[in-house]
Amino acid sequence: MLLKRFALYLIRVISLLFAVSIISFALVSASPVDPVQQYMMGIGPVSDEQRSEIEAYWGVDRPPAERYWSWISALLHGDFGVSLLYRRPVIEIISERFRNSLALMMCAWVFSGIIGYSLGCVMGMNRNRWQDKIIRKLCYLLGSVPTFWLGLVFLMVFAVMLGWFPVGFSTPIGMRDSEVTIWQRLHHLVLPAFTLSLMSFSNTALHTRQKMIDVMNSEYVLFARARGEGRWMLFWRHGLRNTVLPAVTLQFASFAELFGGSVLAENVFSYPGLGSAVAAAGLNSDVPLLLGITLFSTLFVCVGNMTANLLYGIIDPKIREVRQ
Amino acid sequence: MENKQNTPVLEVDGLSVSFRMYDTADRAFQQKNLQVITDLSMCVHAGEVLAVAGSSGSGKSLLASAILGILPDNAVAEGSMRYQGQELTPELQRKLRGTEIALVPQSVDFLDPLMRVGAQTKGNRRAHIFRRLGLPEETVRCYPFQLSGGMARRVLVSTALITDARLIIADEPTPGMSLDQALEALRSFREIADAGKAVILITHDIDLAFAFADRIAVFYAGMTVETARAEDFRAGAEALRHPYSKALWRALPQNGFEPIAGFQPYADNLPEGCPFAPRCSSRSPRCERELPPVRALRGGEVRCFYAHGRPEETCQYTLTDARRGE
Repeated sequence: MLLKRFALYLIRVISLLFAVSIISFALVSASPVDPVQQYMMGIGPVSDEQRSEIEAYWGVDRPPAERYWSWISALLHGDFGVSLLYRRPVIEIISERFRNSLALMMCAWVFSGIIGYSLGCVMGMNRNRWQDKIIRKLCYLLGSVPTFWLGLVFLMVFAVMLGWFPVGFSTPIGMRDSEVTIWQRLHHLVLPAFTLSLMSFSNTALHTRQKMIDVMNSEYVLFARARGEGRWMLFWRHGLRNTVLPAVTLQFASFAELFGGSVLAENVFSYPGLGSAVAAAGLNSDVPLLLGITLFSTLFVCVGNMTANLLYGIIDPKIREVRQ
Repeated sequence: MENKQNTPVLEVDGLSVSFRMYDTADRAFQQKNLQVITDLSMCVHAGEVLAVAGSSGSGKSLLASAILGILPDNAVAEGSMRYQGQELTPELQRKLRGTEIALVPQSVDFLDPLMRVGAQTKGNRRAHIFRRLGLPEETVRCYPFQLSGGMARRVLVSTALITDARLIIADEPTPGMSLDQALEALRSFREIADAGKAVILITHDIDLAFAFADRIAVFYAGMTVETARAEDFRAGAEALRHPYSKALWRALPQNGFEPIAGFQPYADNLPEGCPFAPRCSSRSPRCERELPPVRALRGGEVRCFYAHGRPEETCQYTLTDARRGE
């Protein structure tokens, strides 16, 4: 049963990727982005004849459908093309950058999940008391502040004024990759990860707060109180159990926002991840890299949603037991 | 010994419950108090089933919460409640909840949907109680949504039986049940009472109530209008005291199915005098001005100026008697 659901989901992901490839290809084709120009900028002055030779070699004059077909068939053979900006295979750049981004996004993700959920619980259990009022206002504030601005403020305060953290990059400047210790990497990770997590925790916190209030007003909590359970017991036995599921779902479904946020955070902190790569690719007309990352991020978000779906089936007894 | 027998397990005298509300119609957001229970008096003894009967909206469901001290934060309860002669303070309520006083809730929604039945019916006597109620042993491994309606009802009843509670409050235990299931449920409460416990049955199913209860407190617009022995209800309208109880009796399908005109007044819109006066056929100008006090009559109690009875007034289980004994 689980296998069947998984297979069904896989088919949906593949068809979605296919649709995204068509749309993004069409958008890039229609946009003023000129990959030939970008390519020539890399090799120095070129005459008009040479330019048209390159265009003919690349097939710029051929119809879009034909170009799409040659791109997608190369893609299916595992060839994502060569980045115009970095002059290296796209797939190599994505895997290298994704490793950096994954560390950043997972740190931010775990941090925002834990902080968001705990603060949500505190607010929900203390509805309309001072704890709730203060944290709620903080959530509204952080929810409406743009990530890049918050990143800049953190940079100013913690990196420039206090000097606690480095100003940018994922490793110390002027060091060989093999010599960098894990602590140095973590040290570079803290500020961007913190910025990124602040963006999504208010969402989780406010949702958890509302869910906790609903649970505490529920009939089963009324009955639990009638049976002599105190506040702490109510939270432990009923509150946690009934709010964790929506929080987990929300957290997995936030992969898209996480990726979007990482583009901004990585740029502010000059962090060499996928997010800064996509910005560079877009600004420099690096079409192969841009399309490659688009497809990859689609897959990333799909994996997040699928995990939420599958987890729901495992955690929620209503789904689990019925299936058995 | 005699005296101890006469001390009611629970005695409620002049209980009122009101909600602090903000009137949204008023631009100044003026706070106002909505009184949902105005004046509720009743008592229940060991070995007895007392039915608190009234139509929906009469405020009777709040009674259970008030006794257990689990009213919503914006509700205030006033009046006196005594448990085995002891004043029911919030501290005492906290101590008695779940140990001495148990609630049997209305529906399966009162069980945590994500917890197995076993975790919600903990206690040494569970196996025994489950057997007695005809619940299969596997029930403990079920989640509430996996229970059938009848099983859920029995699980809810079991939560009260597993404790050593001396007072069991059943809040609307019968809605949504077939007649057979309802009879079975009420029979289980009768058995609980026969085993020496006190049972308060909050219900609108007056028909079923007087088949199983010893006494019935009739509740109207937030106040008790009559307390009568179940025999009086079985005997017919003539044996009853309050015009509302008589009307209730006559409205039963087997007794003529005669409705009376009008509606129960809303809590924030009570008439100045007797709340039943606007619908009462024997009202007088006095009823519209003045709220009648509760008085003993023919072995029961009634809140009506004009209820009359034969002089032989004897009943061992009335509030006034209980107070006289002190």
